[in-house]
Amino acid sequence: MWRRSTVPEGDGTIVAAEPKASAVPARAGRRTAAAPAAAAGTVLYLDGVTVSFDGFRALNNLSLVIAKGELRTIIGPNGAGKTTMMDVITGKTKPDRGHVIFDADTDLTRLDETRIANLGIGRKFQKPTVFEHLTVFENLELALKCDRGTFRTLFFTLDAARARRIDEIMGLIGLGDRRAFRAGQLSHGQKQWLEIGMLLMQEPQILLLDEPVAGMTDHETEQTADLILDINRDRSVVVVEHDMEFVRRLGAKVTVLHEGSVLAEGSLETVKNDHRVIEVYLGR
Amino acid sequence: MGPLTSRLLALESRRGWSVFCGLLLVAAVLVPVLHLATPPDSPLHVPAYMVSLLGKYLCFALLALSLDLVWGYAGALSLGHGAFFALGGYAMGMHLMRQIGERGVYGNAGLPDFMVFLNWKELPWYWWGFDGVLWTALMIVAVPAALAFVVGWFAFRSRITGVYFSIITQAMTFALMLAFFRNEMGFGGNNGLTDFKDILGYPLQSDATRVALYVASAVMLAAGYLVARFVVASKLGRVLMAIRDAESRVRFLGYDVTAAKLFVFTLSAVLAGIAGALYVPQVGIINPSEFSPAQSIEVAIWVAVGGRGTLFGAILGAFTVNGAKSVFTGLAPEVWLFFLGGLFILVTLFMPKGIVGLWGQLRAKIGEGVQNVAQKHRA
Amino acid sequence: MPRLAALFFALLLAVAAAAPARAVDDAVFAAALKGLAVEGFAEKTAAADALAATGDPRALPVLRAMAAGNLYVRKADDAPVLGERAGRDLALTDPVSGADLGTAASRDLTKITVNNVLRTALAAIIGRLEIADPDPARRRAAVESIARDSTPEAAGVLRAALEHEADPGVRTLMERALARMSLASPDAAVRLAAVESLAGGELSPQVRALVAPLAESDADARVRDAARDLVERIELRLMIVDITLNLFQGLSLGSVLLLAAIGLAITFGVMGVINMAHGEMIMLGAYTAFVVQEAFRAFLPDGVFGLYLIVSIPAAFLVAGAVGVALERGIIRFLYGRPLETLLATWGISLMLQQVVRSIFGAPNKEVANPAWMTGAWEALPGLVLTWNRVAIIVFALAVLAAVALALRYTAFGLQMRAVTQNRSMAAGMGIRTGWVDALTFGLGSGIAGVAGVALSQVGNVSPNLGQAYIVDSFMVVVFGGVGSLWGVLAGAMSLGIVNKILEPYAGAMLGKILVLVFIILFIQKRPRGLFALKGRAAEA
Repeated sequence: MWRRSTVPEGDGTIVAAEPKASAVPARAGRRTAAAPAAAAGTVLYLDGVTVSFDGFRALNNLSLVIAKGELRTIIGPNGAGKTTMMDVITGKTKPDRGHVIFDADTDLTRLDETRIANLGIGRKFQKPTVFEHLTVFENLELALKCDRGTFRTLFFTLDAARARRIDEIMGLIGLGDRRAFRAGQLSHGQKQWLEIGMLLMQEPQILLLDEPVAGMTDHETEQTADLILDINRDRSVVVVEHDMEFVRRLGAKVTVLHEGSVLAEGSLETVKNDHRVIEVYLGR
Repeated sequence: MGPLTSRLLALESRRGWSVFCGLLLVAAVLVPVLHLATPPDSPLHVPAYMVSLLGKYLCFALLALSLDLVWGYAGALSLGHGAFFALGGYAMGMHLMRQIGERGVYGNAGLPDFMVFLNWKELPWYWWGFDGVLWTALMIVAVPAALAFVVGWFAFRSRITGVYFSIITQAMTFALMLAFFRNEMGFGGNNGLTDFKDILGYPLQSDATRVALYVASAVMLAAGYLVARFVVASKLGRVLMAIRDAESRVRFLGYDVTAAKLFVFTLSAVLAGIAGALYVPQVGIINPSEFSPAQSIEVAIWVAVGGRGTLFGAILGAFTVNGAKSVFTGLAPEVWLFFLGGLFILVTLFMPKGIVGLWGQLRAKIGEGVQNVAQKHRA
Repeated sequence: MPRLAALFFALLLAVAAAAPARAVDDAVFAAALKGLAVEGFAEKTAAADALAATGDPRALPVLRAMAAGNLYVRKADDAPVLGERAGRDLALTDPVSGADLGTAASRDLTKITVNNVLRTALAAIIGRLEIADPDPARRRAAVESIARDSTPEAAGVLRAALEHEADPGVRTLMERALARMSLASPDAAVRLAAVESLAGGELSPQVRALVAPLAESDADARVRDAARDLVERIELRLMIVDITLNLFQGLSLGSVLLLAAIGLAITFGVMGVINMAHGEMIMLGAYTAFVVQEAFRAFLPDGVFGLYLIVSIPAAFLVAGAVGVALERGIIRFLYGRPLETLLATWGISLMLQQVVRSIFGAPNKEVANPAWMTGAWEALPGLVLTWNRVAIIVFALAVLAAVALALRYTAFGLQMRAVTQNRSMAAGMGIRTGWVDALTFGLGSGIAGVAGVALSQVGNVSPNLGQAYIVDSFMVVVFGGVGSLWGVLAGAMSLGIVNKILEPYAGAMLGKILVLVFIILFIQKRPRGLFALKGRAAEA
């Protein structure tokens, strides 16, 4: 009655996910006859996804295809549905209509976050969310790709090869000398990197990055862009970003979202010159 | 040395192990020896009532430890842990009732006194098997575990967290209290189970039995501590702490949050049940008031006073608060509730890390003070 | 032979009793009185009948005294006297003149002994005399005592009395008693007539009990059918009354829950503060009502006593509200964003408040009287009795809900409160003093709890742990109804109240409560945010 958000594009803080999501049993979401198959070479295919909050359409019949190995940037004004799109892909929000097909024939809308993450979809949140009470090393160890069953986790022992892998990533994200630091003690940029490092530990097929350079210095932004390009060599990456300089630097295909659906798609130059894009976004 | 053994050894530092062994030695060996082997007029003598009292505290400490496991590490404040404690206690109580045999007031070997009094003709099915030690031991573990599993499954699956989880668990223990108050339930209603005679054939009133129960409690607490330490030191322990700090992020990492919480909640209920089972023969009674929400909340304050998320703090807190309670209720019972209420407020406001954290807080304060003084000198 | 005589007298009496009591000559009365002092219980029965037959109003007290064993014969002059124990001696009264005869030791008196048979006979005789009593209440009692022995004579007495009876209540009673006697008649036609006569009267469980045996096993098919028909009609009627009554009690319980939960919906729903001391705010309100009541008793004339309740309401609001503001400013504001710590700290507050009240007022229950205008009941239908205090609580709870809803919607404070709830920093930026809004919001929630306490003092006793009884329930209401929604609280409270009361007759009070709790736990599986949940990302915080 009193708590009503008028801005569905939230700040991306980590809060308990919409509980109804859990009502979907965690069984494999092999596609049904109704769900379309994605073409070969596609890693992610959003097909007519619609999400409403209290009558407000956050996503409106959104369709999007991400190819294997592709780097894609997604831009759009506030409220365009960028974060909601990420929520739908990662299972945090269930769409009212539509399908999200991963890797040719898995319908993600039937799975919960845990299953989706284990399929190989990694997500970085807008606001850096690392586990502040754990050390840098422990954060990365948690993200390490391995059997995540509860009892396996209880009796898990870290072997030398995996420990080396963690050290390697720690070096890559520039936190080699922060191994035993609590994540809470890191700077904002370092937290962003730690989170990217955790995504790398997960060894996902596709990485979803929500505003990875928000709050970074120019130098850090450059470094991050290089890091993302480096990551993109062996996996698909979807980046949501406001920073046009950063988008330019990534030099990838750009999708412009507006009011929950795709407004324009193409290279940065193409969309920049699209009059509709200019009208709703760049022109302001 | 297998990987598991080395992990067990690595649970504590060298200093940690010596403290652990030292405390265990004092609790499980020194106290009984001082009680049994010294003459009553010796200054070193530990009187019988003190042994019973310490035995009670040990059970409370195990209960506090079990709550710390779910609250301190997984962030789920259960206000129904008293229910698991009481269920373990009732399972033990039922066994002890069956051991009374023909020595009851009505001399009925087949039925406990209260059932004869209620005109019951035969033993209800859920009392079957409690004559046996093994079945009883199984039930002490299985009943709290089953309840925790079912309630936890419903709660965690629906992602009920924070205060909602607290309220649900409080409602759970409240409902159980109402249920156990009913005579029709077959657990002695209002009066509960009491008038026990002996355990495993040894009379409960005898000194040796008391000491044995006391030692068993001390050993169980130590074992419970090691189990809990093993869990929190494992990767699962770090997953739990991660859940406590950012639950949904853990899901996006691919961990099954529901399963992890369910595991630790159930394990914790088992520990609480064992604590209750050891408690009952030492106090000689179990009744529905153990289920009252107030009892469960009090456990939370033991943990908070000691310092949550440390395991050791829970044990320390249980001893401190209960020790204070014994002193106060002896001297000025009407002041006790003021003290307890004040404790709830002061600890949450000023000692968020409890006694264990107080040392760190003090050190930080002193450090600050020294710095301030140094700065003044410089200026 | 004496039995026959008794019968004769009884028949005589049937006529005598119908006539209004009239005084006879002292000598005649005294002679009849003397007759009681005979040997043999049958003779005494006959003598009692004869005394009653005089129709003298003085006979009744004598017979009552005789039945109670208080009738003596003075050894000195063989005069019957009435004796009342006065210390070790007996205080004597002359049954004829009513004069005080002083005291006498029991050894100077001979008791006129009675046995059980005689006592029963006396009760019947007294009943017949009382049936002519001018007081309708006495006549009612008399009808019942006569109806207990279902002899033809008794039926005759009743029938005769019925002709003169003017009071409709007593008439119904007499008719029913007669019908019951007729139901036992060997004549099927008489039984049928009796069933039909009962069918025209009140459809109560008592009538059902009378007719049920006939419906089961009357020899005559017509009587059986008529009786069965009547039993069915009564059962239908009783069911309707029962359901209505359950519904009413459910609404009444729901209103109590509603009052307890409205405040919680504000502190928990709006502010996100889990206040375990909420129950103690209710308790403080109830004690405020007690104090105001005592003050009215002590300082104000009796005539205005009924107004104490009206005065209690704002007083309780202020007391509980002030305590609430103090708690918010003193403790809770330091714990925002740490809900579990808030829970523990407020539990501590609750323990202390209980102990404070226990120290001041003592542990035993205090009684808060209903003012005269709230006592009594309204019999909406025969058998459907709605007590005024419960009706008043339902009305009051709805009024409080409406007042809160309006205040939140239309007052400046309500607007500020909603603004702070939705976007604290923005509200602060616009110059709203968020700290004070928090404090006042908490005060409002607590104050309403205090008002709830006044209402609760009218339906139960006031004790220091009064609040504890409601805390779990009111949390359930808020969780069930949906956090932050007043409509949810209304729906939650009423449905929980009604479900509780409907389950109660089948499952018992405790089991009903347990079932409701289990139901809620299962319910929030499906709707984790309650009945009136807010959707979307805003609801996740």
